[in-house]
Amino acid sequence: MTENVDQSKRRMLLAATAAAGGVAAAGAGVPFVMSLMPSERAKAAGAPVEVDIGAIEPGTMISIEWQGKPVWIVRRTPEMLDLLAKHDGDLADPSSSVPQQPEYCNNQTRSIKPEVLVVLGVCTHLGCSPTFRPEVSPADLGANWAGGWFCPCHGSRFDLAARVFKGVPAPTNLIIPPHKYLSETKLLIGDDSVKGAA
Amino acid sequence: MMNLLTKLLGWIDERFPLTSTWKAHASEYYAPKNFNFWYFFGGLALLVLVIQIVSGIFLTMNYKPDALFAFASVEYIMRDVQLGWILRNIHSTGASMFFIVIYLHMFRGLMYGSYRKPRELLWIIGMIIYLALMGEAFMGYLLPWGQMSFWGAQVIVNLFSSVPFVGHDLAILIRGDFVVSDITLNRFFALHVVAIPLILVLIIVAHLVALHEVGSNNPDGIEIKKNKGPDGHPLDGIPFFPYMVVKDAVAAVAFLIVFVSVVFFAPDMGGYFLEYNNFVPANPMKTPEHIAPVWYFTPYYAILRAVPPLFGSQFPGVVAMGVATVIFFALPWLDRGPVKSIRYRGPIYKGFLAAFVVSFIGLGYLGLMPATELYTWISRVLAVVYFAFFFLMPWYTKIDKCKPEPDRVTSK
Amino acid sequence: MNAIKKLGMLVLLMVAPAMAIASGAGVHLDTAPVNLKDQASLQRGAKLFTSRCLACHSANYMRYNRLTDIGMSEEQIKKELELPEDVKIGSTMQAAMDSNSAKLAYGVAPPDLSVIARSRSPDWLYTYMRSFYVDTNRTSGWNNTAFPSVGMPFVLADLQGEQALEVEQHEGHDIKKLILKTPGSMQPAEYDATVGDLTNYLVFMSEPSKLVRQQIGWVVLAFLSVLFVLVYALKKEIWKDIH
Repeated sequence: MTENVDQSKRRMLLAATAAAGGVAAAGAGVPFVMSLMPSERAKAAGAPVEVDIGAIEPGTMISIEWQGKPVWIVRRTPEMLDLLAKHDGDLADPSSSVPQQPEYCNNQTRSIKPEVLVVLGVCTHLGCSPTFRPEVSPADLGANWAGGWFCPCHGSRFDLAARVFKGVPAPTNLIIPPHKYLSETKLLIGDDSVKGAA
Repeated sequence: MMNLLTKLLGWIDERFPLTSTWKAHASEYYAPKNFNFWYFFGGLALLVLVIQIVSGIFLTMNYKPDALFAFASVEYIMRDVQLGWILRNIHSTGASMFFIVIYLHMFRGLMYGSYRKPRELLWIIGMIIYLALMGEAFMGYLLPWGQMSFWGAQVIVNLFSSVPFVGHDLAILIRGDFVVSDITLNRFFALHVVAIPLILVLIIVAHLVALHEVGSNNPDGIEIKKNKGPDGHPLDGIPFFPYMVVKDAVAAVAFLIVFVSVVFFAPDMGGYFLEYNNFVPANPMKTPEHIAPVWYFTPYYAILRAVPPLFGSQFPGVVAMGVATVIFFALPWLDRGPVKSIRYRGPIYKGFLAAFVVSFIGLGYLGLMPATELYTWISRVLAVVYFAFFFLMPWYTKIDKCKPEPDRVTSK
Repeated sequence: MNAIKKLGMLVLLMVAPAMAIASGAGVHLDTAPVNLKDQASLQRGAKLFTSRCLACHSANYMRYNRLTDIGMSEEQIKKELELPEDVKIGSTMQAAMDSNSAKLAYGVAPPDLSVIARSRSPDWLYTYMRSFYVDTNRTSGWNNTAFPSVGMPFVLADLQGEQALEVEQHEGHDIKKLILKTPGSMQPAEYDATVGDLTNYLVFMSEPSKLVRQQIGWVVLAFLSVLFVLVYALKKEIWKDIH
């Protein structure tokens, strides 16, 4: 309407206000987004869990809850450990090159102590919990089955080091959660810090 | 790039009235250019509505409408949910701020005669919003399930039981139980987070549609549509966008400064926005020594207490309280003044309006206080003043010596 | 601007009742030495709270690890507060005694203390914990001038000692005085400071985010002030069009 309006000043003010307004809007969004993150209660419930593994018989498994998910602890027999090396050709990732485990479990048995396997019991395909099938060559799983897990949802197969077989829907080996030994028979699941809050 | 956008806009406009809506309600919607301070509060009410809806949605994600867990879940939000305390403080501050803004907005309407022809329906829709908001606030106040939540709800619901014949059953119907209980909490929750917000949004849209149909009133109380320029636009009007938008933005930021000051520095507001007794979990066995509704209801509560029981029934007080709220609906027909704005009214109207404001604030104060004999008598006097403002209006607005209205808006 | 003045008056009128209530009658309350920035005091208060109050009262909404906000490490919390083996650092503060047996013992269930400093004022708590006196008419043997016929026995008696109530006549008014009859393990000033620490801790616990709240508040206010200046300048600029 008026001729003596300084258009550049107006544009500058508009840009500055819009920018500050944008920052204000983003800032206002922070508490809303933060409130969607795990609360202190969820964190407390997901805190590391102590497990006594002294009572697990060789060849059997126990399942405990950590962060609302099943964690399996298997005490493998020497025979089971022997079989692990014999089917690398059938596995999708026999040497665990995909980082589905902490560094200290990136080995042949995917564990700290060879006989004790700690693994998150959640299928890497769509999140079902696979079934423990430790027996060798059962009728329904075929002659090649050397013990492991079978996922009832979509038929994924894992060996006793929780490594995935080729040709099944699950893309990667099962996840090994962070864990450490507090003593010979005491495991702490969910925390592997050296100092730690023991 | 621009070309592409123009094309996209054209594509949309053939299918949806985007450009024409924008023109009709923003860039070519003409608002009086002499809006003053009092004209900020409608926009601010809209801002608070958005704040309440957004913060409410996020609170609902963590709140539990269960008598066993409700109080704990509020503390869960205050402590365990990350920055949850900000959301809770925003929502509780917003509730009180909503009423501050709405009361100032209504007071603006009284001063400048915004309810007069042709804005009667606009005013009535606004009053429905006000009533819905009171319901929303009342039910929301039960949700923290503290002592004040519980006993406030208990007392207010019991008012309904004073209705002759059906009262007792009516109160039971509202509570769904013989006392305020988990069942009541559950249904109030449903009404607070789903039903009333939906209704509120719908009638607020209707309020805006009605406003844009008749156009805004202004501090001079004259119709800017009567003086149109050769281009067909009101000579005293300016486009809502960008002029009013940027002006309202200034008010919004100023308002937010006040708002966040409360949220971050005084969320209790001295026990008025969050009452101390509400940090004690609801206990149906023990009434706190002194209970009063939240401050925004206290003017009506004082009127309720000021009316003496008739034949042992509280009903007359309840009726008086009801009339005190709904009498606003009748304003367009009670006011017989030749002018709308207080600027051109005579001394009688100004005196009555001032007395009304004093009575409203005074009753609000007395409603918070324990009902001593002295206070009850002051409440009675103030209640008479309150009703005189309305019931005598047809008379005093007619005999008042008004000044002539100007042809064009004044100042600025 | 005249309108703003009027609004100011309106606000003043609304705030006036708040002041009237705040200065309400009742027992005289001493001012509690609350300072949420004094972490040493808060830590002392936390230790007293967990060792004494948690025997009967719970703080169901307060997690032990929240004490990291007052400068304690998780190690310290476990050691200095003597957390039992089975209590996790992330769990909430539960009472040692369950609330039903406490109700049987004292007639009332001891209230949860998480938000006690928001329902009772800090000054009240500070006064209350220093106002117990021996009263043989009560089954607990104790009474309190700030909370007559209180159900709780005085659990800090070994620290403060035993007080007695003496009523003096002064110009027709009863003046109640608490006199220390048997001293406890603490000097009166030392005891007041200890109760001050406890009150300070209760205030912290009632709203652990209070300090953060105010810190964030200043940032938000500073930012909004800048935004206000910008929006106001923009409005002035754009309104140059209007005559």
